Amino acid sequence: MNEKILEIKDLTVSFDGFKALNNLNFSLNTGELRVIIGPNGAGKTTFLDIITGKTKPTEGQVFFKGKNLRPYSEDQIARMGIGRKFQTPRVYLNLSPRENLELACNRVKTVFTTLFKKTPTAERRTVSGLLETIGLSHKADMKANLLSHGEKQWLEIGMLVAQSPDLLLVDEPVAGLTDEETERTGELLVSLAESHSIIVIEHDMEFVRQIAQGTVTVLHQGSVLCEGPFDVVQTNPRVIEVYLGQEIDHDAPESIPADLTSAALQGIGEPDQIHTDLSSAALQEIGEPDQVY
Amino acid sequence: MAVDVAVERSGIASSRRRALLIEAAIVLAIALVFILVVPLLLSGFRLNLMGRFLALSIVALGIDLIWGFTGLLSLGHGIFFTLGGYALAMHLKLQIPPTASSQLPEFMSLYGVTELPWFWQPFYSFPFAALAVVLIPGILAGLLGYVIFRNRIRGVYFSILTQAATIIFFNFFNGQQKLFNGTNGLTDFQTLFGVKVNAPATQYGFYVLTIIFLILAYALCRWLTSGRFGRLLMAIRDDESRVRFTGYNPTGFKVLVFAISGALAGLSGALFTLQTGIVSPNSMNIAFSIEMVIWVAVGGRATLVGAILGTLVVNFAKSLLSEKFPDIWLFFQGGLFLLVVMFLPDGIIGWLRTEGKNLVRRLTGRKQIATYPSLEEDPEVDYERKNLGD
Repeated sequence: MNEKILEIKDLTVSFDGFKALNNLNFSLNTGELRVIIGPNGAGKTTFLDIITGKTKPTEGQVFFKGKNLRPYSEDQIARMGIGRKFQTPRVYLNLSPRENLELACNRVKTVFTTLFKKTPTAERRTVSGLLETIGLSHKADMKANLLSHGEKQWLEIGMLVAQSPDLLLVDEPVAGLTDEETERTGELLVSLAESHSIIVIEHDMEFVRQIAQGTVTVLHQGSVLCEGPFDVVQTNPRVIEVYLGQEIDHDAPESIPADLTSAALQGIGEPDQIHTDLSSAALQEIGEPDQVY
Repeated sequence: MAVDVAVERSGIASSRRRALLIEAAIVLAIALVFILVVPLLLSGFRLNLMGRFLALSIVALGIDLIWGFTGLLSLGHGIFFTLGGYALAMHLKLQIPPTASSQLPEFMSLYGVTELPWFWQPFYSFPFAALAVVLIPGILAGLLGYVIFRNRIRGVYFSILTQAATIIFFNFFNGQQKLFNGTNGLTDFQTLFGVKVNAPATQYGFYVLTIIFLILAYALCRWLTSGRFGRLLMAIRDDESRVRFTGYNPTGFKVLVFAISGALAGLSGALFTLQTGIVSPNSMNIAFSIEMVIWVAVGGRATLVGAILGTLVVNFAKSLLSEKFPDIWLFFQGGLFLLVVMFLPDGIIGWLRTEGKNLVRRLTGRKQIATYPSLEEDPEVDYERKNLGD
């Protein structure tokens, strides 16, 4: 049915013998908004590093739109259509939001076009529109280091969108935000899900509940622990166990990984079933953009 | 909406053009003062110093490009500076009157060289030498930069590599008596285009030439740093991996800027050599390359004007102090640098732009803004006022 935009097969990443990701399998359909949760050290950030080319897999492959990403560098992968938002807001602090967005929006990212060509009108218009969407029109021309934390987060999300990627990777977008800002960020992400495939990594369960329309993936110790709708995942005893850090009734610590592997195998639901109602759910959730802002 | 954007843009464009015209007028006025008035005020000796320091400020502009804007601290610009000096000096050394007994530069006969080395041959041609002044350092910087940046060497490692390169070049030129007169360097220039190099009128010509090239270099740097390209350089400085994940490959940008910066250093070295009458491996020592960085730091990074101002201030201070206190002037130089680092972290220009503004405001009795330093007013209120009317 739906085309897979991202497919990860048997992915293992080890740093000096420590397996940050261990035999991980994952796939994402075009147009899906997927939330990935997992306790600290589950390998969530490494997962994004692999997709964006920052780290190369030790074993296994990552396919984006059917293409193996291994030979490509970060900037090539970004130009292929993967945008990444970092955990802490990473915007260019000495540039204004407008300039930040214009750099991201630039279509031909070679040295000579950047040097000799002026920003086309179409791109300027896109930038103005984006500034409005992220609510920064009135602060468009002041230095970004004067923005609040939340505004920087939005600016970075705006920069992602300006890149016009097909797949957005968003790492903990609401860390350190107020409740109101969190909610607005959620609305922003949901409205972006209309036209993009998105992977959101998050800790904040309230927020996950707000945005998770379809499948939630739980990572633990570098593998997928379970996958399914949020309500189901939330009640999964394994998830509660690893997430809430409850003691596992085993004396020997060696037996834990083996136990979890089997848990992971059991926990994986049937993705197809879940995705069918995704699009309708997405349509219902999305308000009018104007109304939101 | 579209009309709004267009109107807004043409407004911005025209105000920008006006600002540029004003800047050009100011630059021109200052240049005229330097060309016409300053020579009347300074003695020949001081004027020559001024010319040298103006030549040095071109390399400072180059350092500002690579360090101030792109965030790469090069401690090896002495190489490019000296190579530019050598390129021109080689042409000068080949200005041998046809009546002379030997058609070789005198040091070569001294070391028993009988035939002009092959790579000296093209330097008979002035156009070649003039191109070599910028192209040799520029290309060398480009190659060096490509190898370094491609392998993602950054920060301190980049600085150390540039220092290592400086040592290599220093030792090479120092050791080549037969090719470059070794540690003595090339000096004792006679004529250029048949004119005596050391005649006061010629030296004044070099002084004017230096000012013209300085203006051109400044214009080039302004152009590079004002548009999208310049903003990308700052983006690379502030967060290089973000730039990568946005889809730019920073290598090309860094290589280009490093090459331009090297070419400016070469130009600076050639103009400096004309006015000092000597080029030697001595200007490839590490201390000199670090001094260049100090000039930029004192004037203010990423300001361009600061690079020029810093060069003049530090060098004049140095020459005055070394005359007055020949024994201890080095302490003053160190003290000056400490002072700047501790009290003017953004250099003279950076200070003028922030504290200086406040000072003027206080002196003229205007209200001081205590909270957000760069926000004159609440931008939200301002936006509404502009867009919705009162």
